Amino acid sequence: MLDSSIERAARATPPVVAKRIQGLSDRAIAWLFVAPSIFLLLAVNIFPLIWTIRLSFTNFRVNRPNAEVSFVGLKNYINILTDSDVWLTMQATAHFLIWTIVLQVLIGFALAYLINKKFRGNDMWTTIIVLPMMLSPAVVGNFWTFLYQPQIGLFNYAVGFLTGTDPSTFSMIGDVPLAPWAIVIVDTWMWTPFVMLICLAGLRSIPGSIYEAAECDRASKWRQFWTITIPLVLPFLMLAILFRGIENFKMFDLVVQLTGGGPGSTTELTSINLKREAFEKWRTGYASAYAVILFVTVFGLASIYVKALNKVKQR
Amino acid sequence: MSSYSVTEPSGRQKLFAGTLVILYALITILPLLWIIGTSFKSPSDAIAYPPKTFFSPTLEGYVNLFTTRTRATEEDVKALGEPTTWYDRIVRKDGFIIAGPSRFMERFSNSIVIGFGSTVLCIVLGTAAAYAFSRFKVPLKDDLLFFILSTRMMPPIAVAIPIFLMFRSLGLNDTHLGMILLYTAVNLSLAVWLLKGFIDEIPIEYEEAALIDGYTRFQAFYKVVLPQAMTGIASTAIFCLIFAWNEYAFAVLLTSGTAQTAPPFIPTIIGVGGQDWPAVAAGATLFLVPVMIFTIVLRKHLLRGITFGAVRK
Repeated sequence: MLDSSIERAARATPPVVAKRIQGLSDRAIAWLFVAPSIFLLLAVNIFPLIWTIRLSFTNFRVNRPNAEVSFVGLKNYINILTDSDVWLTMQATAHFLIWTIVLQVLIGFALAYLINKKFRGNDMWTTIIVLPMMLSPAVVGNFWTFLYQPQIGLFNYAVGFLTGTDPSTFSMIGDVPLAPWAIVIVDTWMWTPFVMLICLAGLRSIPGSIYEAAECDRASKWRQFWTITIPLVLPFLMLAILFRGIENFKMFDLVVQLTGGGPGSTTELTSINLKREAFEKWRTGYASAYAVILFVTVFGLASIYVKALNKVKQR
Repeated sequence: MSSYSVTEPSGRQKLFAGTLVILYALITILPLLWIIGTSFKSPSDAIAYPPKTFFSPTLEGYVNLFTTRTRATEEDVKALGEPTTWYDRIVRKDGFIIAGPSRFMERFSNSIVIGFGSTVLCIVLGTAAAYAFSRFKVPLKDDLLFFILSTRMMPPIAVAIPIFLMFRSLGLNDTHLGMILLYTAVNLSLAVWLLKGFIDEIPIEYEEAALIDGYTRFQAFYKVVLPQAMTGIASTAIFCLIFAWNEYAFAVLLTSGTAQTAPPFIPTIIGVGGQDWPAVAAGATLFLVPVMIFTIVLRKHLLRGITFGAVRK
């Protein structure tokens, strides 16, 4: 009886519709949809990565295409890891990374907390604060060199006005002790809004009923802040730190335009150092090994961090 | 008047919070206003000490941005006769004559072509892939998404070495097509990630209903899913566009002439006798202001997009 009803339904279905249903199978569509993206990512991301790994074991130099390419084993890796200059750039990167994250988390969270008080016009002011992070870091970095000019720059003038020091006595990008802070200031100016937005999303995701319950239990505001607000925003905050950490480890455009790694090599972050090796000294094999080391470092740190993040989320 | 609520901040708290946030916003916006202001200064006003807040505006920076100029003797200037256009007049005032257009227009239109080209390609590929990831059991699905995200961990310079070699052997070095493909690939990971989030939110029941009504999968995709994902697609597109617009590292390493975009070009603007700051500021203003306007006009979608992509992880 069941069979016959299916047959009747089949007969009643117009042939056009029947043909349509046949169409492409889900499987075929899934592959058709994913394949172009996968292909492009393989061609532009994975293939170069494999090529980099292969080059890292050779002494190949792009500017000498006719020279014999020989396999040098781990020599490039050993040279990099024993090079004291490389460790100096790592230190510069660590300084930049730690201070930008500390400042951006503190200011970003504070701003998000204040904006979440929902004062009138908070939407408009949030948009204004967000503006710097949407702009081109290279162009902005280039312009900050103007603001940092000792005599004529706005930044020096403002510092001079507020502290009474003569604005021509210090140069943010020319003085060795100040340059590392010059890049931290611009990066903080630019990317604090990112941390702020993610914290804001975290704060807004906390249901008001939790605070109401805490209020009924006579918990103080201070206690509410530490036992409700902070733990519930923490996963968001950690995510923001992850993104900023990865981005600033790769930092190139802003700093190269701002200081160019100088003075000397005080602000020479790993990416800038890598660019020197690869595109100025043309030590392609060496630079490839350098790139692999950087990638493994980011990847390893990020993986450990994501594990920690998942633990915080589960709590 | 209104009922008391423990979660609603008091008026005094709001005033305090508002004052601090507005103060921060004003400090934040000051460097940007300074860039725009400097673009309308004369070169001598731009390097005045103390920095000038009030000045008589001039378009000299913009004229210098769009033209190349040569110094001319008084006889040469006389031989040319009276200046015919307003920009001629500005240049002649300082004893220069316009020699020809500068490269800025070219670089700017390269930015537009490469930016929009890569955005369109990225959205087409990304939407399709995101739909498949969202709705079908694609093998290695979880790994692929992790893989896609991990491609962002590589410093651009590290990827640039082999891409430089690859592009050179394929003849893609310094071409629009090469840059479009490259920016598409760089953006694709984030685009798929964001779009998958948006498509996951569309109830699958709509498509099932459409399939029962006799649509094919493909029709269900573009007649049911696409219209509903439009907001998400639009905000993802803005991200791709802004990224491609702002990108510097690949542009400076892989392009030098025909396909060079504006970000590597603007810092190289140098006038006669030192950096021509008003011209640099004019270039930066023309380059940055469209993004600022975009951000302000589309803030709702943009802000949602920024936190969305991250928070949904």
